Amino acid sequence: MDYDTLMQILGSTIRLGTPLLLACLAGLFSERSGIFDIGLEGKMLAAAMAAGAVAALSGSAWVGLAAGIGASLIFAALHGVASITFRGNQLISGVALNFLASGITVLIAQALFGQGGRTPPLVGSARFHPIELPFVEALKDVPLIGPLYSEVISGHSILVYAAMACVPLSWWVLYRTRFGLRLRAVGENPAAVDTAGVSVVSLRFAAVAITGVLCGLAGAYMATALQAGFGREMTAGRGYIALAALIFAKWRPWQALGATMLFGFFQALALRPDVVEGVVGMKVPVSMLDALPYILTVLVLAGFVGKAIPPRAGGEPYVKER
Amino acid sequence: MALVENGGRQATAAPTSPFAIELKGISKAFGPVQANKDINFAVPRGTIHGIIGENGAGKSTLMSILYGFYKADAGQIFINGKLTAIPDSQSAIRAGIGMVFQHFKLVQNFTVLENVILGAEDGPMLNSSLAKARKVLGDLSREYELDVDPDALIEDLSVGHQQRVEILKALYRQADILILDEPTGVLTPDEADHLFRILNGLKDQGKTIILITHKLREIMEATDNVSVMRRGTMVDTVKTAESSPESLAELMVGRKVLLEVDKGTAAPGAVVLTVQDLKVKDEHGIERLKGVSFDLRAGEILGIAGVAGNGQSELLEALGGIARATGKITLNGVDLPLTGAQANGQTRREAGIAHVPEDRQHLGLIMDFTAWENMAFGYHNDPKYQKNALFMDNDALRADTEKKMATYDVRPPIPGLQAKSFSGGNQQKIVVAREMEQNPDLLLIGQPTRGVDIGAIEFIHNQIIALRDQGKAILLVSVELDEIMSLSDRIAVMFDGRIMGFSDPETTNERELGLLMAGVGGKA
Amino acid sequence: MNKLPQWADVVLVPLVSLVLAAIVAAMVLLAIGQSPLAALGIMVDGAFGTAAGWGYTLYYTTSFIFTGLSVTVAFHAGLFNIGGEGQAQLGGLGVALVCLALPWPHWSVALLAASLGAAAFGAAWAAVPAYLQAKRGSHIVITTIMFNYIASAFIVYMLVDVLRPAGQMDPASAKFPAGAKLPTLSDMPLLREFFARVNADGTPKLSKAGEVMYSNVPANVTLFIAIAACVVVWALLWRTRLGYQIRAFGKSEAASKYAGINPVKITMIAMLISGALAGMMAINNVMGESERLLQNSAEGAGFIGIAVALMGRNHPLGVLLAALLFGFLYQGGAALGLNTTIPLEMRLVVQGLVILFTGALDQMVRMLLIWLFSFGRKAAA
Repeated sequence: MDYDTLMQILGSTIRLGTPLLLACLAGLFSERSGIFDIGLEGKMLAAAMAAGAVAALSGSAWVGLAAGIGASLIFAALHGVASITFRGNQLISGVALNFLASGITVLIAQALFGQGGRTPPLVGSARFHPIELPFVEALKDVPLIGPLYSEVISGHSILVYAAMACVPLSWWVLYRTRFGLRLRAVGENPAAVDTAGVSVVSLRFAAVAITGVLCGLAGAYMATALQAGFGREMTAGRGYIALAALIFAKWRPWQALGATMLFGFFQALALRPDVVEGVVGMKVPVSMLDALPYILTVLVLAGFVGKAIPPRAGGEPYVKER
Repeated sequence: MALVENGGRQATAAPTSPFAIELKGISKAFGPVQANKDINFAVPRGTIHGIIGENGAGKSTLMSILYGFYKADAGQIFINGKLTAIPDSQSAIRAGIGMVFQHFKLVQNFTVLENVILGAEDGPMLNSSLAKARKVLGDLSREYELDVDPDALIEDLSVGHQQRVEILKALYRQADILILDEPTGVLTPDEADHLFRILNGLKDQGKTIILITHKLREIMEATDNVSVMRRGTMVDTVKTAESSPESLAELMVGRKVLLEVDKGTAAPGAVVLTVQDLKVKDEHGIERLKGVSFDLRAGEILGIAGVAGNGQSELLEALGGIARATGKITLNGVDLPLTGAQANGQTRREAGIAHVPEDRQHLGLIMDFTAWENMAFGYHNDPKYQKNALFMDNDALRADTEKKMATYDVRPPIPGLQAKSFSGGNQQKIVVAREMEQNPDLLLIGQPTRGVDIGAIEFIHNQIIALRDQGKAILLVSVELDEIMSLSDRIAVMFDGRIMGFSDPETTNERELGLLMAGVGGKA
Repeated sequence: MNKLPQWADVVLVPLVSLVLAAIVAAMVLLAIGQSPLAALGIMVDGAFGTAAGWGYTLYYTTSFIFTGLSVTVAFHAGLFNIGGEGQAQLGGLGVALVCLALPWPHWSVALLAASLGAAAFGAAWAAVPAYLQAKRGSHIVITTIMFNYIASAFIVYMLVDVLRPAGQMDPASAKFPAGAKLPTLSDMPLLREFFARVNADGTPKLSKAGEVMYSNVPANVTLFIAIAACVVVWALLWRTRLGYQIRAFGKSEAASKYAGINPVKITMIAMLISGALAGMMAINNVMGESERLLQNSAEGAGFIGIAVALMGRNHPLGVLLAALLFGFLYQGGAALGLNTTIPLEMRLVVQGLVILFTGALDQMVRMLLIWLFSFGRKAAA
């Protein structure tokens, strides 16, 4: 594998890692507040459909993005009502919403466009296009740095850079603001927050709403930037991989960046069986490469995670004790 | 004073009432259960006021109403003579009420400082809040003997220090009225004394303290006035100096209390259990039991005294096969496995050890199982509960349960009722019936009467004595010194994972045991 | 009044949940410009209106009983097995390997062997997540989801690179030998009369040879195995020591440790049984219907098991009834797909709604019922 190929793979690592990163940060806010969310997948899917459909109808990627976030927020609200208001089983609620999203996205897309549950291909301003950063031309001929800059750092859509900016932003919110302190506290010991006179319910709803916004970004990115339109089941388990990355990252923003880019790298490899074959030296079945991220996720869950301690109150509905 | 610069409330007009708190006609029902019935009482400003009553008398409900956790069905609350609505904790805090719960409300992996400012931050950014809190905390610490490292993580602090953080939290929120719910349950006598010094210091500053407890001794030592609650009603409020423990106890239960257990002298037989250099580590690898050795004879009750968390639970768990251990446990001359697959609750039961665990709801019972299902819990492999090689004999189990429920006076005597539908005392009777009726050589029994009403306490105590008189060996663990002293034939005091010494209940006294419990002195 | 009578909790809560799910589903249909009542009519007609419809409904029911029981057993051990889909696909591989291994002399022998193969492969696929949960504390929900994806990639590999006969284009195994063909309900004496085809005037349709003709339906002998499995699972959970330990462990892990119940052993056994049940589904669809292994053979039945178990309140009798309901939904949904422009995915929507209302919003339903009850009480007073 030569340097240019490596740069290409790293470039697609970032493109493929971005939805994972956004979904992972989404899960981070929810789980840090004590609400498990295996419905990231469904929220992304709903957002992808809404963004793809509205972008196609309006011709504006930005309107599509807003619609994607809106759709994701509706699903987040449902999860919040089930798991916060009615203290339901958070895992089951997530599973249910994933099925609901799988079905309803196809239903709506079919009703709107009649193209077998897909949205029409997005063109022009209905799609987020790659942005050329300054000095790409100037640096093009510099060895090593030139390809790195043009292939890996430059040439992504605005949403990729927004996702990257979300990492330090999330860190700052969590560790440097009043909201972050309370959010972390409510996931560890909601009774402490409650007795301090702060509403557990509104904190958790706020966290779930942030999850909705970030999943909305992730889904909209899938449909309007990574690909040109929505297709059925287009998220293909990314919500679950993001969850695994969250555990790998031990519920921390910077580590989430590392974990999701690692998984993005595996996905990028799966797209280049020729490169893998070249490196490994034998033919590798494509299905094996497809399974690679999932296998690695299991390995991560089984071994490397070590003592990843989830937020102590995670998954438990808060009930005031007598 | 340091507090003045930090608070604006003290500057408001002088209150017109001599009472910090006055409750009028407070009632609260949970479904058919009347938890509080027409409660009237007043707490004079600048005093320590005790509230005493049995478990379930309604103390905690009343304080939860005062702290805005529950809304009273009827009645009024006056704070400093002013009618005040307290719909939530925020309003209680604004009214100057601070609460130290029995189970601390702290975030374990936060620092002291973070816990103190949580909910009382100055603005959306943390840094300025933290800086201010650091300064205020320093002043408060000096003023009231409340020193804690502001940067320590809660999980690294001792229980006594965690309690101080709770008090600091309330003071940081400028509480004038401090409510403490069973504050000494987890403290050594020494730490308890320190707490009372702190409370007296606060009283001298004009603060009002409400102390909820079921320990008569603390009421007598620390309070100015005491209110007695019984079954949801406020029975009486008296000046502590004009009352006696006996009269308070009678008010609490509504009849004369048998504080002494009627038991004959022990006739210890052969050694049943030998424990040598037993050590247990917790899941973090920290040694909780640090080499314990003792013998226990047939027909003898060995009482283990100590403040909660000094290795008693680990001792019970190692003997009961729940925790892995090193050292040696010999039962009737046979060494028991301490590690590996064979060290479990099943093999221990087969060897003749019955175990009434400290936490019946968490360990001793499956709360969703029926009483008859629970009667086989741990003994589900016992041949007498099997119909054949394939199936269990549920009918026999039901009949067996019915019999035991009658013998142990479990109410209601319905085998098909789920464990969670019974009261605490009756749940405990189910566990005690199950374990004692297995005819064990050794009975491990932890906190036998925690959360159990007086009637059931007497019954359980008598059962323990009866079992001893049948020649069984009994290891009793309890944090209630009274219970240890009245039941045991021999007392071992544990501190920090070790046995500090053995005492004879006939000759020792609470003071001597208290010193051992605090890790002072000792012969071991 | 803050508790429901037990009968209401057992019967009314799932029924009301179902009604709520139906109402929301109807609103979804309205929103995409379809008539819910017309759709319901088509569904009922498609699922129950004809003997052939029944044949399909019962065929789906059979699969859902297995996956519903699979989820139920794991639930009782406190484990949420979302891996039924992958386990069922692996069960299909087991069935295929067994069926293709020998020229089976009689279907009964083949069925026995294939059942063992299906159960063994399904259990094996559940074993790894179970072991990781028991020994390493890896969250079984996530690992079983991952194993679903790995299973589908693995099956693709097996079909494309290993099992596909030379010269065949589509990724599928060879057709199973004739000796491995299971009798369908329309093959069975007596039962088949139900599936007799009739002319428009109500007389039996006769073949050229003058024999009565029967609809060919996919529901097969596996249905009876599924019903037997309900009885076995019930006896296992509520009559045996193992079931006692599984239920105790599921309710409280700490208490189980006190009682000397081995957590690793119970986790493993419960998941192996769960995986075996999911795998057994394959004798219905792979052996009984398609008679060869296809890609994505389970077709989502593994996931429907979650809805079936929740709807059936984790009791085998409830599972049986809920499986029939979902059998109706699936066959009826297929009829919708044929006769209307409503996509098949409508079934997923209903499935999600049922899981949501029965599994996560059950408390809301209970509060609603309590409110209604107190209303009735006031009116009576």
